[in-house]
This record gives sequence, structure tokens and C-alpha cells, in this order.
Amino acid sequence: MTVLKSGLASFFIWLLPLALYAAEPSGIDQFIEQNIAPYTNQFVSFIFYAVNIGDAKFPLIVGWLALAAAIFTVYFGFIQLRGFRHAVALVSGKYSNPNDSGEVSHFQALTTALSGTVGLGNIAGVAVAISIGGPGATFWMILVGFFSMASKFVECTLAVKYRTENADGTISGGPMYTLSKGLAEKGMPTLGKFLAVFFSICCVLGALGAGNMFQSNQATLQIVNIMGGSESWIGQNRWVIGAIFAVLVGIVIIGGIKSIAKVTEKVVPVMAGIYLTAAAVVIFMNLEAVPAAFGLIIDGAFTGEGVVGGVIGVMIQGFKRATFSNEAGIGSAAIAHSAVRTKEPMTEGLVSLLEPFIDTVIICTMTALVIVITGLHANPDGLGGVALTSAAFESSMPWFKYVLAVAVVLFAFSTMISWSYYGSKAWTYLFGENKASDFIFKSIFCTFVVIGSAMSLGTVIDFSDAAIFAMSIANIIGCYLLLSVVKKEAESYFARLKSGEIRRYK
Amino acid sequence: MTDTLLIGCDGSDSAKRALELAAAQAKVSHAKVIVAHIIEWSPYTFLTQEEIAERHKRRQEEMTRAEAHITAPIVDTLTQQGIQAEGIIQYGNIAKSLCAISKDKQVKQIFIGRTGEDSISDRLFGTVSNTLAQVSPVPVTVVP
Repeated sequence: MTVLKSGLASFFIWLLPLALYAAEPSGIDQFIEQNIAPYTNQFVSFIFYAVNIGDAKFPLIVGWLALAAAIFTVYFGFIQLRGFRHAVALVSGKYSNPNDSGEVSHFQALTTALSGTVGLGNIAGVAVAISIGGPGATFWMILVGFFSMASKFVECTLAVKYRTENADGTISGGPMYTLSKGLAEKGMPTLGKFLAVFFSICCVLGALGAGNMFQSNQATLQIVNIMGGSESWIGQNRWVIGAIFAVLVGIVIIGGIKSIAKVTEKVVPVMAGIYLTAAAVVIFMNLEAVPAAFGLIIDGAFTGEGVVGGVIGVMIQGFKRATFSNEAGIGSAAIAHSAVRTKEPMTEGLVSLLEPFIDTVIICTMTALVIVITGLHANPDGLGGVALTSAAFESSMPWFKYVLAVAVVLFAFSTMISWSYYGSKAWTYLFGENKASDFIFKSIFCTFVVIGSAMSLGTVIDFSDAAIFAMSIANIIGCYLLLSVVKKEAESYFARLKSGEIRRYK
Repeated sequence: MTDTLLIGCDGSDSAKRALELAAAQAKVSHAKVIVAHIIEWSPYTFLTQEEIAERHKRRQEEMTRAEAHITAPIVDTLTQQGIQAEGIIQYGNIAKSLCAISKDKQVKQIFIGRTGEDSISDRLFGTVSNTLAQVSPVPVTVVP
């Protein structure tokens, strides 16, 4: 309780200067824009170092992830097709030993990991991809979504294999442990340690960027949108909404008040269901436009008409958004899956390959179809992010912006909670597993919620992309070096499955 | 072969009365008694990241607590009365788990207590004793 009190106290003291600034309208927003953006921009240009292919700029990091996904797919003989049925059987509990009941089930691991990835990327990110890259970006997004199932499979299998069980029975895992333990096993302890530290630093930055500022920014915009637009008082003082978010997030992650998290986490799957149903309704209402929409998507994917950089430009948008949405190869979901108690690392790997499928191949595609079908991909009003998706839904269901606002806020909130966990795991890996260092990270995290709400989308989205993509540099190197370990696990697992040693209980 | 009786225990007063009834019957028929405590659990509920990381530790704690406070004392008392007793702690749906144990251990009869409450949620979703009466493979004695 004292921790809670002192935590909230120091938090409010921190907010005080912010409140003073606010006496002058939009003072805070401007201050943040002018003083923080220059630093984040340098980081962005470093991560997104791009080579020119024709007119298009191709960020090497995007190629890095797409290439890895393709290599893993081939190396494991299209595991996303071969293992799909078994993955579904695992999630439905057919292979769960009843004696292990009470431990985390595969279903729970999947839904929790999904709540961290399904979010604004699926609503706002897709809109960004289509407004810049045209309808064709959808095609490349689905393709990357399909291939990246293999990346997720590799990283999650490794995370379970190399996790650490703490003295108190809790589990710490994720790419930082994979890298330090796995590469030490391969006789590369120094490289492993270096990559683990690099990953952790990027993960902390990614948690503050994509997992926090981007979420807070988009949720705030959506609230401003329904509360009178950017000219209203709240539109000029967006940090107020950010501060409310920060307090709510702080209550959950610092105060340990689980009830708020519980409520959101329960509502999130329901919200996802409502969102998908609404998307299906919009598609159904415009059924006659569906063939034309698919035509636009396929045409756009291979002609790149009217898009800067042509086909490559379209591809880059699709690739970027798919990776940003499903986070395969980034290593974040591996942290979530590593905590599941299972004797077989392979089972978590198989279950996790369903995530990019649900996230990108299903949910992102639905959003894309809604935008393309309603004809809003042309984006006549120059909208960006959530606003474009919202406009697409509104053209068939005018009241939908209120539902979408609630969905965006809840998705943003649950993603922030998940990322605060990923970030704190990386932070405690760097600075030691203790309460004090955990608390410091969580306080910083809450501060960034406020900053994110006040910054403009351009700065925020660039920074969050950069931070999250940077994590993949270390993670993918680790995956390559440890591919043989995953191969051995896979061969042994599938052999035992075939022989009946791994038995079905239901 | 001796008969086996199954008692569902949750530490409540009615469960104690069910236990007394079962014990009396076990003495007469020299039956073996299984003392089962089921911790309500669904593999489909939502857990947060931290709950997932702590789950194994919590499960360990819950099992130890349940054994220390519920099953172990009962097994001791029964043993002192000369009745052969065994304690089981499981996670899951209470009625389904009791049925599964019955089949597994070839139980002759199940004894449970009932809460005697009449709430709206009970009316809507049914009580453990009602469900058990519907699905049990063996006779069920519900003790008020």
C-alpha cells in the first residue's frame, strides 16, 4: 500500500508542471512537439535506413523481417499449413492433460498474447497503409501475415525453451533470455549477451513507443473526434485525456488493481467480436462492390498505379503495416508465451502461429475490405489513421464512430497494459529483478502516456515504428543462429505425436 | 472388493454434514472414502500477462492451502475413526470433476452438501448439486 501511495504521489507531483503549462492553451502540446520530436527523428532515420529501388525507398529493416519470415517458412516446410490443424487442436485443449488443470491453458496464452497485438494496428495501421499505398497494400499485408506465422512459431518455441524459472516459481522469458542462454549454448556467450542487452533496450523503447505513445495518441484523437474536434478546448489540450489514461494505467500496473485490467480484458474480446461483426455487416451491405474491391486490391498490388514508388511503394506499405500489427519477428509475443507452463516448447510455438493468422489475415483484411468497399481508399478528405477507418464504417453506419471510439480506447488500453509488461520484463532484465527498478519503469511508462497523447501522429508513428522494428534486429539474428534447435524440437515432437507418445486426451 | 464413497468438500457446514453421513455409512459397510476438493477453474477465462507469469506459483499455493485446510484434516479424522480415506484436489468445473473422479475410481455413491441459497444466478445457471444430480453416473446424496 505504501508503494502505491508514494507511487501515485510522485506521479502527481510530476504532473504539476504539466498542469501549470496548460494555463496557456496548447502550451504543452507545442512544448512536447518542439523539444522531443528532434531526438526521436534521429532515431527513426537510423532504423529506417532506406535504399532506393527505382522511385521507391525500401527500408532495409522491412526486407530483413520479410526475408526471415520467408526463410523460416521454407526451412520448416510451410509449418503454418502443416501445423495449423494441430495448433487448433492444442488451443481447444484436446492434448491437455487433465492433471495439469489449473495451469495456464493454451487458449489463455493465445488470447492474452492476442490482446497485446490486436489493437490499433488493425484499425488505424491498415488505414494508414491503404491511404498511402492504395488498396493493393492489402494483398502484401495478407502475404506477409501468412509468412510471418513461421517467424512467430520460431521465436515462441525458443522463448519457452530458454526461459528462466525464478526462485518464487514465476517465469521470466523472451528473446533476451533466448539470446543470452541459447547463444551461450552455441559457444557465443559474448554475442548472446550483447544481443540480449540490445534487444532489451529496444524493447523498452518499443514499449514506450508502439506499445504506449502510439496507442495513447490514437485513442486520444478518437475521443477528441467525437467530443468536438481539434478546435474544441479538449482538442487543444489533448494532454488532459492523456493524463486520465496515465492515471488509469498507473492504477493497474503500479497499484496492482487488477479489477480494471480484468474488466477491460474481458470487454476486449467482446469488442473484437463486435468490430468483426460490424465489418461483416458493412461488407454485406455493399455486397455488389466486393468483386470490384478484390479487383482493386489485386490490380493495385501488381501495378502500383498512382502510388509513389509504384509496386515497391505499395509492397512497403503492406509489409510495414502487417509487421507492425502482428509483431512477428519482433519478439514481444515470445515474452507472453514463455510464461506458459508446458513440457513441450513446440506446443507454444504451434499455438502462437495462429496469432498472425487471426490478427493480420483475418482482422486486418476485414478492415481493409471495409475501407476499399466503401470507396474511401481514395481518401478525398485527407484523413489518416483511425479517422479514415471510422469514416469508412460511418458511410454505412453513421452511429458507428461511437462504437469505434469505445473499441479504440479499450484496444489501446489493453495493448498498453500488455506492453507495460513486456517493457518491464526487458527493463528488469537490464537493471535487475526487483521491485524498485520495476516501479521506476512503470512510472516512466505512465509519463509517456501523457506525452503520446499530446504529440502529432507523424512524430509518434515514426518513433513507434522505429523502436519496434529495432527489436527485430537482435531477435531475428537469434532465431537464425538457433534454427537447428527449433528443427530438432520439431522433429522430435512430430515423431512422438505420430508414435502416440504424445497422446490426445479428448 | 470394498465400495468407494466420494465426498465433495468445500469447508462449508453442509459439506461437513455430508461428510458425517458418509462416514457413518462407510463405517457400517467398511467402504473406502475419497475426500475431493474441486477448485473452480475454466481454461477459457482471460488472464493478464502477470497472472500468466504467476499462475504456476498461485496454483501451488492454492493446492497447498486446500490440502492443509480442507482435505488433510478430514482424511486425518476419518483415518482415526478407522475409515480408509484419500484426499484429492483438482481444478475444473465442480460437477464435471466429481463425475470424472467417480468414473475413474469406480465410486459407488457421491455425497455433497448444498448451500440452500436461492439466488437469481443459481436459478439461471443452476447449482452444483442440481447439475450433479443431472449428470452423475452414480447415485448422489445431497445433504442440506
